[in-house]
Amino acid sequence: MSNSARPLDPWRWIGIPALACLAASLVFATPIRVFGLQLPEPVFALVPAFAWAVIRPSMLAPFALLAIGVFLDALWGSPLGLWSLSLLIAYAAVLFTRSWMSGQSPPVMWAWYVTVAALAMFAGYLFTMMDSKGVPSPTAIAWQLAWTAILYPFAHRLIGRYEDADVRFK
Amino acid sequence: MALREGSFGEVKVPLAWTAAVALVIAAIVAFTLLLNDRRETFKTEAYGATRQAVDNVAAPVGGVLSAPVRWTGSGVGFVTSYFNAANENRRLKHEMDEMRQWQAVAVALKDRNERLEALLGLRTEPPIPMASARVVIDSRGPFANARLADNGSNAGIAIGNPVMSDRGLVGRVVGVSPNISRVLLLTDVASRTPVMIDRTNARAILTGDGGPNPKLDYLRGRDPVKKGDRVLTSGDGGVFPRGLPVGTAVKGLDGRWRVVLDSDQGGIDFVRILMFRDFSQLANQQALAASTIPPVTTEDIRAPTTPLVTVPAAKSPAATAAKPPVAARPAQTPTPQPAPAAPPKPAPAPAAAPVIPQ
Repeated sequence: MSNSARPLDPWRWIGIPALACLAASLVFATPIRVFGLQLPEPVFALVPAFAWAVIRPSMLAPFALLAIGVFLDALWGSPLGLWSLSLLIAYAAVLFTRSWMSGQSPPVMWAWYVTVAALAMFAGYLFTMMDSKGVPSPTAIAWQLAWTAILYPFAHRLIGRYEDADVRFK
Repeated sequence: MALREGSFGEVKVPLAWTAAVALVIAAIVAFTLLLNDRRETFKTEAYGATRQAVDNVAAPVGGVLSAPVRWTGSGVGFVTSYFNAANENRRLKHEMDEMRQWQAVAVALKDRNERLEALLGLRTEPPIPMASARVVIDSRGPFANARLADNGSNAGIAIGNPVMSDRGLVGRVVGVSPNISRVLLLTDVASRTPVMIDRTNARAILTGDGGPNPKLDYLRGRDPVKKGDRVLTSGDGGVFPRGLPVGTAVKGLDGRWRVVLDSDQGGIDFVRILMFRDFSQLANQQALAASTIPPVTTEDIRAPTTPLVTVPAAKSPAATAAKPPVAARPAQTPTPQPAPAAPPKPAPAPAAAPVIPQ
């Protein structure tokens, strides 16, 4: 049996990217100032949320996103469940539109990724309004979205590596 | 194996459907978590075991990760200060001259303040013990602005304690473990801080929105604030002591009054956690609740020979309403009066001792 005919190991395409996301989030949460400027705080977890749905439907991916979201909420101090739900909404949006968008050119995929990230941020905006009875700053959201948008190359790499790795989904 | 041999062994469910079912289950779990989250209550029991566990894992990792940058910064600072020693010396001498003048003013004001407090019999707030801590994790997103500090309940830190940097107020403690504290910043969307404008004494609520400059909400009065006014904590509600520096008022691009935080002027590497307890926390609530009401002593103008009449506290309202009350006197001063030659006049009520609320 060749490598491509072998079922894809979930640890390789879900486990390792999930751990990489957690590690990156932790590194960017350190109080480091470079030339007096704080580090940005992109949502690294939106990269696998997008890429996993594009690669193939999976039963494990939603629960991995749930766990990542709980970790992010506990790390950043946001209401528990906020990022889990936002990531799952982004994942669901990609999953339901993947038949139209798969195989598009990289700029179109990038635009799709940014749209999905904006959807997740908007969901977070609504949930925060409901939970904290306050209105988050649109500027702060746009800033975080901009930093998240430039992470698309990582999603592209993840998709390119595993999209055709399992012949059953070709 | 048994399943494969049975009738269910032939059933094939599309992966897309199973993925959708998994997605729905995960979303329900996440939604339930969000509904049950009680972060906004800022109570000890609401800070669950999950958050404590993540704090205990993340804090040491954050400390280790930030250490090389901190050491590099210290090294660069050392070299820079070596080459800038002459300029620094001149600047410090100039500052020292100014500080000496302010020191004389401060000593005079302190002395005057103490004399006035003694004259008024003022009960001043007790000194506030402090604990210092180093920030090891820092979140700056639009939905949460919090920091983890490497000191916790072992040092006496409790939920609600105000947190300051060397320049001004940073926030307050919303979660605590034995060695870790989570600090909710003033910029967090859930943060509400009672403040006042130093110039006009106008009150407002400082409301965070995830951006760098929190808003001044519920401003009262006519023209209560103008650009450049100093903003301090008002002490209302007893969460923060009065007079902690917060920042400077500015007009935001959205036309609302906002505050440029003092604590943003420098890095927040180290913080001071004030173990502040307001008067309601310091007072013995059980003793206050158990105290009995002292009897009310009044003067009866129709009985010249016995000017003081003690009315029992447990008297019925109907009975007290039948007899009109006269000028009240303190119960603990029933000094015997000489028999008056002329018909007695009602004695004026003694001036009440001034009571300054804390």
